[in-house]
Amino acid sequence: AASMFLRLLSDIQWRAAHPKWRRMTSSQRSTSTTAEPHPVSLPAQAQVVICGGGIMGTSVAYHLSKMGWKDIVLLEQGRLAAGTTRFCAGIVSTARPVSIELKMAHYSNKLYQQLEQETGVQTGYMKTGSISLAQTQDRLISLKRIASSLNVMGIPCEVISPKKVLQLHPLINIHDLVGAMYVPEDALVSSANVCLALATAASRNGVQIHERTCVSHVTIQKGQVTGVETDRGRIQCEYFVNCAGQWAYELGHSGEEPVHIPLHACEHFYLLTHPLKEPLSSSLPTVVDPDGRIYIRNWQGGILSGGFEKNPKPLFTEGRNQLEIQNLQEDWDHFGPLLGALLRRMPGLEALQIMQLVNCPESFTPDMRCIMGESPTARGYFVLAGMNSAGISYGGGAGKYLAEWIVNGYPSENVWPLDLKRFGTLQSSRTFLRHRVMEVMPLMCDLKVPRWDFQTGRQLRTSPLYDRLDAQGARWMEKHGFERVKYFVPPGNDLLDLDHSKTFYKPDWFDIVGSEVKCCKEAVCVIDMSSFTKFEISSTGDQALESLQYLFSNDLDVPVGHVVHTGMLNEKGGYENDCSIARLSKRSFFMISPTDQQVHCWAWLKNHLPDDSNLVMEDVTWKYTALNLIGPRAVDVLSELSYAPMTAEHFPSLFCKEMSVGYANGIRVMSITHTGEPGFVLYIPIEYALHVYNEVMNMGQKYGIRNAGYYALRSLRIEKFFAFWGQDLDAFTTPMECGREFQVKLDKGMQFLGQEALWEQKQNGVYKRFTMFILEDHDTDMDLWPWWGEPIFRNGRYVGKTTSSAYSYTLERHVCLGFVHHFDEKTGEELVVTTDFINQGEYEIDIAGQRFQAKAKLYPFSSLFTQRRRKDEVELSGYQRE
Amino acid sequence: FYLTPSQVNSILKANEYSFKVPEFDGKNVSSVLGFDSNQLPANAPIEDRRSAATCLQTRGMLLGVFDGHAGCACAQAVSERLFYYIAVSLLPHETLLEIENAVESGRALLPILQWHKHPNDYFSKEASKLYFNSLRTYWQELIDLNSGETTDVREALINAFKRLDNDISLEAQVGDPNSFLNYLVLRVAFSGATACVAHVDGVDLHIANTGDSRAMLGVQEEDGSWSAVNLSYDHNAQNEHEVERVKMEHPKSEEKNLVKQDRLLGLLMPFRAFGDVKFKWSIELQKRVVESGPDQLNDNEYTKFIPPNYHTPPYLTAEPEVIHHKLRPQDKFLVLATDGLWETMHRQDVARIVGEYLTGVHHQQPIAVGGYKVTLGQMHGLLTERRARISSVFEDQNAATHLIRHAVGNNEFGTVDHERLSKMLSLPEELARMYRDDITIIVVQFNSHVIGAYQNEE
Repeated sequence: AASMFLRLLSDIQWRAAHPKWRRMTSSQRSTSTTAEPHPVSLPAQAQVVICGGGIMGTSVAYHLSKMGWKDIVLLEQGRLAAGTTRFCAGIVSTARPVSIELKMAHYSNKLYQQLEQETGVQTGYMKTGSISLAQTQDRLISLKRIASSLNVMGIPCEVISPKKVLQLHPLINIHDLVGAMYVPEDALVSSANVCLALATAASRNGVQIHERTCVSHVTIQKGQVTGVETDRGRIQCEYFVNCAGQWAYELGHSGEEPVHIPLHACEHFYLLTHPLKEPLSSSLPTVVDPDGRIYIRNWQGGILSGGFEKNPKPLFTEGRNQLEIQNLQEDWDHFGPLLGALLRRMPGLEALQIMQLVNCPESFTPDMRCIMGESPTARGYFVLAGMNSAGISYGGGAGKYLAEWIVNGYPSENVWPLDLKRFGTLQSSRTFLRHRVMEVMPLMCDLKVPRWDFQTGRQLRTSPLYDRLDAQGARWMEKHGFERVKYFVPPGNDLLDLDHSKTFYKPDWFDIVGSEVKCCKEAVCVIDMSSFTKFEISSTGDQALESLQYLFSNDLDVPVGHVVHTGMLNEKGGYENDCSIARLSKRSFFMISPTDQQVHCWAWLKNHLPDDSNLVMEDVTWKYTALNLIGPRAVDVLSELSYAPMTAEHFPSLFCKEMSVGYANGIRVMSITHTGEPGFVLYIPIEYALHVYNEVMNMGQKYGIRNAGYYALRSLRIEKFFAFWGQDLDAFTTPMECGREFQVKLDKGMQFLGQEALWEQKQNGVYKRFTMFILEDHDTDMDLWPWWGEPIFRNGRYVGKTTSSAYSYTLERHVCLGFVHHFDEKTGEELVVTTDFINQGEYEIDIAGQRFQAKAKLYPFSSLFTQRRRKDEVELSGYQRE
Repeated sequence: FYLTPSQVNSILKANEYSFKVPEFDGKNVSSVLGFDSNQLPANAPIEDRRSAATCLQTRGMLLGVFDGHAGCACAQAVSERLFYYIAVSLLPHETLLEIENAVESGRALLPILQWHKHPNDYFSKEASKLYFNSLRTYWQELIDLNSGETTDVREALINAFKRLDNDISLEAQVGDPNSFLNYLVLRVAFSGATACVAHVDGVDLHIANTGDSRAMLGVQEEDGSWSAVNLSYDHNAQNEHEVERVKMEHPKSEEKNLVKQDRLLGLLMPFRAFGDVKFKWSIELQKRVVESGPDQLNDNEYTKFIPPNYHTPPYLTAEPEVIHHKLRPQDKFLVLATDGLWETMHRQDVARIVGEYLTGVHHQQPIAVGGYKVTLGQMHGLLTERRARISSVFEDQNAATHLIRHAVGNNEFGTVDHERLSKMLSLPEELARMYRDDITIIVVQFNSHVIGAYQNEE
């Protein structure tokens, strides 16, 4: 059956058409027991070895060779395009909610379109367009949001009526539809042939392709890839690229030093039929019916239809298992609901004859985004895998970004949402992955609403106060495996179940968070912020200071006890991390970074710090519980608990001191709150956590203390125009572009990473500017809420996208943060963005196709709604993380 | 308040039991594949009993349900003892001799029955010696009587029923020096029990019935549908022949008093039963036994009370009606159940529900299209049907449990209504008996291949 489908789906003709193809192994499918001789032996060394001859591996090879790298070997354990790629449904769809994924799909589409011309290999490319159907209003809203993103990228896209759907595709039953989205340039390809075309082009560019060669493991010495061991011998190499698809996890674990690639396979089913009596046109659009959980494309006059069922069947949990591979059979009972959805959508197909139900495993990741990038522990070990069944859509773009990453050291776009380093060992448990992918696969079709939280794989990392907070009504979300409080449901108020919060409109926790914010403003709140990444860096001499001065843009040579907000920048001046660093002593520093920086920041520091045994770095994240006391009365609570004066004269802003709180000594108190409000963060050795929390809550009673969660914090930081790394800030954003020049000390007397780029920006100006928008004619109760990723229009022209948003309870308005660009009206070229350019525009924010007037601000409102504080007390602008 | 589905399940499954006839060399040579049984109490404690055993010295399997009244003592005794009486009745002369010799010389006894019991199905330890002695007396008589003829199953069943009832009566008249046992035998005799027993040996199925429990055969028609064949007659006022029989056995003068309000002498629902000596003994005997009996017995109004118009006892017999049926390949299963089931469900529905359950569980093979021509519509229809079957079935691994779920929870559309089920199961003890009776069910599944092979031999 397998070979039949190779023929059916791919119609491979490369042998006749391309006599130049350098086939490295015999093509005979010999069953004789004598081993086939391999005509061409493996090279002893190569610059890059790519493992996996599917769409990912060939795309990486193709792009690397295009960029001029020639010394590349691609190894495939079976035959090219014979894995998941062969079974791929071949739908190239740009309708993706995540911006970077959308860009990858867009590039892939353009690449595939010209691939046949470039290589001479038939790819079956057909521009059919796609129609995404909405059975509910909420679904339509989510489609409209995607349509807005596509439109501003210049990808034609239209939200259409059910009647129009019928005109585009006569077989569709439109009676239960409220609308649809039509993307006319989406395409179909034969994915196996695309893969062969990429291989052909790569091969012509000098890439050596060896089929039937199995990588057993990768050798790593001193944190650097040195070679691969295969069943046909060893190849020395500088770079290794793991494109092993669903086997990527196992391959990552095969060496002595494991590389954790968190993905897990699930069975995926689709149906093939015989042609209709009147065969379907090959140009008929592909139909995606997410509410029915199915997709339908034309296929050789009949249809190909598959879907993402609610009850997926994970497999290969225990690794490659022959029994499971053999049992990969059609499971009609499992496919039943999807078949029902298909016939409901196209009742006219009842009499269509079945050809086969195909079962092809797909790999899924813990957050439904693919995995690319370099291993945090092994330099030169790159990964591209975990496509969540969108491999053909991402293949071209993903291969391009990874090739750029290998060649240049960084890709041309912000790929942090896809970076392998967003995960650590903690997402590598097979049990966790098995449970999580069972939630992720159905999510492919579920409505993506704001503030979605995964339900599986929870309660892994918790604060010692978890039970205590939970008992007080805490509702939880998860970041990097750590449970964090969203808000506290007051006693007796239990209308808040999960489904209630699933809305694009005003959520049910609105008033609850409002009262927490009010308490932060007027009294004092405590937020458990233990999830933050905490490192200690110390040295015997000045090594720590000297190294950090090079890695951070702000001046760290401050008196002991001072806290510095600073970016950890790359050469282009972009934020690799955004952190607060306290100087604990002359020779030791305490560094606080966002929760999901734990792996990335560690790897960055490891790679950039000198290899000096006198310089010690330690991850102390787990050692401290962090309590953030926010509000004007925080000072009273703390001074009563410590018998120490905490007023600004004794404890100025951005200050750090070890002191006693209650009976507990050695508590690191810092006068920062990450919100712009007055207060302190207490870093408490975990064994004191409960004691200190109890003391704070008891003492705080008379000052009106209460618990609060991250939603309140988020509202506070956004109305104060604080940017957050990972959401607003990324490796392509410099401090100059977000009004944080004051955190850059260009003249600190020594060189630092990114300095040159920042100098240039200081002289020539910036090409985008972080801006705050206050929505003017937006009705909080009735209108759709902004989320992030909404297009920003200036004088009717697209200038950028929002990166985060929140309701400001103080302004009683929605606040969106985002970047404004200046595109030349004629050429589209990016121009310098000046303050005048920002201030002199009329702005609108597009929420799911509806535009709302917005007022642009470059500085926060703080003076308008809080009492003006002394200048040195104010945590000046622009530092925040969540 | 409502019970959750899992609470409902734990109630329904508390007494379920399944037995599969073991296979040898991958082959099952028995005509019985196995059986599922279960019971749901309405009385506290439950008055129904069930038994199942394989005959070890002869071929065949015995299964029975027993519905007690006026307490559970009689049903309990019958459930423990009746199969031994039947097995002994079936034994050839040599085997009886062998057993008697073994007992005489204190050697190990040949095992007669292999019981298939749920942990809740108990045997009385205290009475075992007494019961054994009565049984031994019975086989000693059988040895003395040695007719030399091969044992007829029908005769054996009738003899066993009558003999056991006789022993129950005698033990109560003689009494026992042990006061606990003395009270026990009296309670056994003064309470009553119906019995519906199946004996399966190859294609020969015998049903011996006394009272108003019922045996029903599930037959699969050629078109796949299910029909029910009765293999017993209820012994109650609705059975004309039974009313006729009772009238024939008593003088004309009593005729109008024999059956009143559909009850024997206006009191008893079943017209045949074990125990119930109040309907069997003379008034003098009853008075003598009660007066000489323990105080507890005297305090009991029921035992002292003499039925009205009581002139020519006995009015009641334990003699069973025996029906013989030759099993055919289309006979897929047998349901034995107490009247608690039949009051709520028509036999036709029982046949359908069990039939669909058994085929659903055992024949839900994966579908493969292979080389067949199947349309999307056909496949969808097939899958929908399979799913509907599974959704009602998947909760139960036991056909008897499945049947009880339907009996208690069925709504007007014939489907299980969880709300109704939950209500019925959460009734307080004192109310439960008003809405439902004890239900005891055994579902025996036959091996059509073996039965087909038997047929071919003949």
